[in-house]
Amino acid sequence: MTKTLGFFPGGLKLPGHKKRSTQTPIRKTPLAKRLTLPLQQHIGSAAIPIVEVGDKVLKGQQIARADGHVSVCLHAPSSGTIIAIEDHPIPHPSGLTAPCITIETDGEDNWVERHPVKDYRSLSTHEIRQIVRDAGIVGLGGAGFPSFIKLNPGVHHTVETLLLNGAECEPYISCDDMLMRERADGIIDGIEIMQYALRAREVILAIEDNKPQAISAMELALASRPHLQNTRLVVVPTRYPTGGEKQLIQVVTGKEVPSDGLPIDLGIVSHNMGTAYAVGRAIHHGEPLISRIVTVTGKDVPHAGNFETLFGTPISELLTYAETKREPDEAFILGGPMMGFSLSGDNLPVTKTANCILAGVDDVAPAQEPLPCIRCGDCASACPASLLPQQLYWHSRAKDFDQTRDYNLFDCIECGCCDYVCPSKIPLVSYFRFAKTEIMNQERERKKSDLARDRFETRQARLEREQREKEERQRQRKAALAASKAKKEQQEKAAETADADNKETE
Amino acid sequence: MAIFRMSPPFLAGTNRVTIQMLQVIFAMIPAIAAMVYFFGPAVLINISLALTVALLAEAILLKLRKRPVKPFITDGSAAVTAILLAVAIPPLSPWWLTVTGVLFAIVFAKHLYGGLGYNPFNPAMVGYVLLLVSFPLEMTTWLPVESLADKPLDLHSAFQLIFYGQTNAGWVADTVSGATPLDTMKTQIGQSIAPAYIVNQNLFGSLGGLGWEWINIWFAAGGIYLLYRRVISWHVPIAMIATMFVLSGVTYLFAPEITGSPLFHLMSGGTMIGAFFIATDPVSGSTTVKGRLVFGAGVGALTYIIRVWGGYPDGIAFAVLLMNMLAPLIDYYTQPKVYGATK
Repeated sequence: MTKTLGFFPGGLKLPGHKKRSTQTPIRKTPLAKRLTLPLQQHIGSAAIPIVEVGDKVLKGQQIARADGHVSVCLHAPSSGTIIAIEDHPIPHPSGLTAPCITIETDGEDNWVERHPVKDYRSLSTHEIRQIVRDAGIVGLGGAGFPSFIKLNPGVHHTVETLLLNGAECEPYISCDDMLMRERADGIIDGIEIMQYALRAREVILAIEDNKPQAISAMELALASRPHLQNTRLVVVPTRYPTGGEKQLIQVVTGKEVPSDGLPIDLGIVSHNMGTAYAVGRAIHHGEPLISRIVTVTGKDVPHAGNFETLFGTPISELLTYAETKREPDEAFILGGPMMGFSLSGDNLPVTKTANCILAGVDDVAPAQEPLPCIRCGDCASACPASLLPQQLYWHSRAKDFDQTRDYNLFDCIECGCCDYVCPSKIPLVSYFRFAKTEIMNQERERKKSDLARDRFETRQARLEREQREKEERQRQRKAALAASKAKKEQQEKAAETADADNKETE
Repeated sequence: MAIFRMSPPFLAGTNRVTIQMLQVIFAMIPAIAAMVYFFGPAVLINISLALTVALLAEAILLKLRKRPVKPFITDGSAAVTAILLAVAIPPLSPWWLTVTGVLFAIVFAKHLYGGLGYNPFNPAMVGYVLLLVSFPLEMTTWLPVESLADKPLDLHSAFQLIFYGQTNAGWVADTVSGATPLDTMKTQIGQSIAPAYIVNQNLFGSLGGLGWEWINIWFAAGGIYLLYRRVISWHVPIAMIATMFVLSGVTYLFAPEITGSPLFHLMSGGTMIGAFFIATDPVSGSTTVKGRLVFGAGVGALTYIIRVWGGYPDGIAFAVLLMNMLAPLIDYYTQPKVYGATK
């Protein structure tokens, strides 16, 4: 804690609005009648169902298996009957539907047989990763990247630092805060396992200074484990987006993750506090990831708080449970007010990445016609990646995508700081997302057309080759014919038979 | 629940173009008050006239360009242009001079380039330069500060001079005007009079031109307010002032016969309004941090060069316009290092 901290450029001091949801302890959301589980709640390929409609399942039973390397399993959050495996609306900004497994719960909440591990040190690193993968654990900070992959540094790297991200810098969200306050020991259980799996030399827990209770809870939990070597808690200043992986690394270590690299290139692996807790539960209790803490908050939520919620629970039920003032199908925000997205629809389920449900933002950005850019440069001073959002905006707007790449569009983390400070209220992030999507589409098209051209050229070459071979054969045949003329009639007949043979083979 | 935009971020800061522009106007009030104190109420007539013409022209142009009038007329940018131009024009200028300058600034320098945010040149300075090169005589005669004037002008006589060319008593603008301290300095240096001697005349104060030093101080105070409110960043003004100070300091040290002192240059003419209110125009200036330092230094250097070796007593307007031309180039070569860039 005595080490001086680094800093990242830009960023914002935002009103936190976190007190609203931290006044009550974590509550359990009541068991829903139906749980709808999208097969893809993580980055990578969707899981493949291993149950059929009509099957009875127990709480914690695996119902879908991982498909390929970048994928994780899915489990029944409660006991009941599979009543559907079909497309269902999912929490996606475009209102998409996707394959989901729907369970009708029986209210018994009967667990499947669990296999807790008494001493994780008896396991190999590989076995730990396998358990974490089988438990369906993904990054709970919001991205949903399969965690077991980040417990495998690979043969070319050694892990210097395991960084536990408890910054939770986005306003309103407090699920990690409450988890740290109430279940600090459980989190440290997970951290120990992670450190063991990664053979990390040191462990750093980073928490923003607006969470004093969480900090003392974690400090207390750390103090009770004197055997933990090289583990320290770093209190970082509250500044958005400190919780961004790259920004937190810059604050804690002073290093920058290379633009085209990963934190592991610096010997750093970072995980979310909630993920660490899930890892602890999976090893020590044999529990797969079937629930998470969800912050339900906002101006329209009188009983805001944090709710331990089974995956698949309809978000509308959670909102009703928190007594939200809300019309049916009224829009809400999933995630924080800076990087979340707005959703409407009452049958969307809570998924592994649902950290916050926000109904009613206090300093809401009204939908309005933006003024032209006056080049004030406030966006550039706010950008934590030191980009020039203004130039990116011009080029995105002009669809001059080559230029946007020159101005490092893909280093944009879409934190929304530029939007926030813009005096003309230009929706900059939307422009950048548009440009990124267009570029990726173009890339895909180019790959496709490259493939098509390749295919065409190969075919063309094959046709030419065949043509040449045909001509060669004809030439040989003609030569044979000419030679045979000098020979006898029987010999001529024999030559004709060979000719017929030739034709057959053609 | 309020209707919010459908894409993140859903939180909005309080920063608005209109608020920034109003802050700029607010920050000019003390300096304008000082001008009224030294040059009489004619300054206010000029400002009112310029404001009226600018807002009318803005509204008509927006209509012609089929743009929504309300959000743009209330953004405050036309008002800022009008006030900047009005305080730069000699107080007793005939009304048509002000009207021509403002119209040219709003119509040609701003709207023909696409309106707010699209003008490559500072509109107020375009208007000013047009007047300066077209009507050099009218543009270089200033009122002396009130304490020097034989007969202080009241509001009524100022009004008559501006709109009818003469007062009831038969005065014309020439009767009451004279050269500015900067002009005097330049002319008399041309006559091989030592600057140290020139500043002893009663047109000069203890720092710069009499009266002008106070106007500059108040513009600087307004500028510091804008810095404090984060409407402008420190880079342009500090770079500009520092460059002028160093250039004039070095010249003053080695060739005191051709230049006023560094303090004289900082406290005379349009130095402070230029540094804090004109060169800081975001639209036509440089936008990167390093770029702003270059931009400000460029304005400072050019201003000083024009004052001492150029054909005009003051050079802010030309310096700003010249640097406006370079702004895109400066921006291109001063891009910040992006997070994680390995280059």
